[in-house]
Amino acid sequence: MKIWVFVEETDGSPAELGLEMLTKARGLGGEVSAVYLGGTSDAAMAALGTHGAGTVYRLDPGSTLPASGAAAALEGLVGEHAPDLLLFGLAPTDRDIAGRLSARLDKPVISNAVDLEIADGGVKVVNEILGGTTRVITTYAGDGPFIAVVRPKSFAAEPGDVGVPAVVETAMPDTGHAGAGTITERHEETSEGPKLEEAEVIVAGGRGMGAADKWAVLDELAGQLGAAVGATRAVVDAGWVPYSLQIGQTGKIVKPGVYIACALSGAMQHLVGMKDSGVIIAVNKDEEAPIFGIADLGIVGDVHRVIPALVAALSARG
Amino acid sequence: MKIAVCVKQIPDPATPYELDPETHFVVRPNDQVLDDTDRYGIELALQLAEATEGSVTLVSMSPAGGLQGIRQALAMGADKAIIIDDESLRGSGALGTAKVLSAAIKGEEADLVIAGTESTDGYVGLVPQMLAELLGLPALTFAKKVEQADGGLRVERQTALGYDVVESPLPALVTVTSGAVEPRYPTFKGIMQAKSKPIEQPSVADLGLTAEDVGVAGSGQHITAVEPAPERGGGVKIVDEGEAHLEIVKILEQAKVI
Repeated sequence: MKIWVFVEETDGSPAELGLEMLTKARGLGGEVSAVYLGGTSDAAMAALGTHGAGTVYRLDPGSTLPASGAAAALEGLVGEHAPDLLLFGLAPTDRDIAGRLSARLDKPVISNAVDLEIADGGVKVVNEILGGTTRVITTYAGDGPFIAVVRPKSFAAEPGDVGVPAVVETAMPDTGHAGAGTITERHEETSEGPKLEEAEVIVAGGRGMGAADKWAVLDELAGQLGAAVGATRAVVDAGWVPYSLQIGQTGKIVKPGVYIACALSGAMQHLVGMKDSGVIIAVNKDEEAPIFGIADLGIVGDVHRVIPALVAALSARG
Repeated sequence: MKIAVCVKQIPDPATPYELDPETHFVVRPNDQVLDDTDRYGIELALQLAEATEGSVTLVSMSPAGGLQGIRQALAMGADKAIIIDDESLRGSGALGTAKVLSAAIKGEEADLVIAGTESTDGYVGLVPQMLAELLGLPALTFAKKVEQADGGLRVERQTALGYDVVESPLPALVTVTSGAVEPRYPTFKGIMQAKSKPIEQPSVADLGLTAEDVGVAGSGQHITAVEPAPERGGGVKIVDEGEAHLEIVKILEQAKVI
């Protein structure tokens, strides 16, 4: 089986999500290739090769919004090489290309995959719904290529044998008006402390924090623990913190060693973004809050007492 | 500016939805609500239409039911709605949905198509991109800010590292993230007016599509099993009586965070 994995360059290197999918593809067996939207550095190629790519089809990102041209290029490559399975990640550019490619090829996409299996020459895709309590297994009808979009952190990225992939430079065709978007500026938002996706500890808050000005205690706790701060959608909608801090179905998917859930009830849409965290600690005044159903330590109490007391206790330790 | 906004009626997300044990489709009550995340797109459309003396058409593929969700969207100020509800649509996948929406939008000659990044109930998150491809439009996705510039649009697009500024001519498609704008609350006048605003309900055949394009047949996939996921049970639950924070300290020590 030929498995192709789309990987986007992020911050100069292949995105972690792409390496996760390459690792999984390698484990599924067969012939693995990467479609890499990024530069040509030896380090990047080595990372792709070591994670499983025998061939890298490289697309040059340039300053044009890439999805339209990349989907057209992929349509050409698919026609030429007939891959059986194409994997994309649940990330902005991956989604933009996967959706367009699906329409171009008139082939379905199964999204939100948390696992993939190959059985009887077909592909089974595993989804989790209802806050991760129910697994749905879906197969493709008809002929491939099969396209799947994989949720971040579903697999661990692990290097295998060192390999130097064959690199095939691939041009992105001019797609006319559909490809007319141009990237004129790129901004990196640097936050103090670690990124949410990489943090070992996350301090997350929900609407129960009460107000924007009561949020600072979470920042303080995160600072003490070297943690990242996250939030529920309700908090983002209320404008207390930016969307980039949102964890859940429509936000980031995280899997830290420790997750401290403060005054968040644990709506299904939030749980799908964090339920695979190592240790979950929850503080909520509502003893019926669903978050307690998955918390290793649940504290029924007032977050505005417990968290400041925790901050003070940690300060006292020096 | 003529603007089409994709919206969806969904089961109230406050109550967990159910799957039909036979078909595995989501059981949809007659009264569905407007997907809350659609309010950002509607608000953006209203602001742009107000600035350009334009119009806002809602386009939706979902069981019409009592049209409660569509009326909620009209009450915010949209001019009219097109809702496609047809028995043949049950079980449609993202691509089938995009085909239906694109056929409905083609007739509108919209300068701008706006959608959310994904629905709250299905959250496949690919329909807008498919729609852009089918309509031949640039897709300015994951926008956290949208403004008019030089006859086109200037958008701040969320990325893994921060955001990119993206510029595009019209016509175009935009997907908006939560918080991109502040959705207005419907006024009493808006709610009253929504009751008499035009709602078109074309059939799949009216849109020039066949049963093979949509529904289960057009979805190209089938569910083979629905099963409970391995449970992650809860652990210890204690009531804070002034010392509970010390339990957190213990766990942080065990995890070697401190």
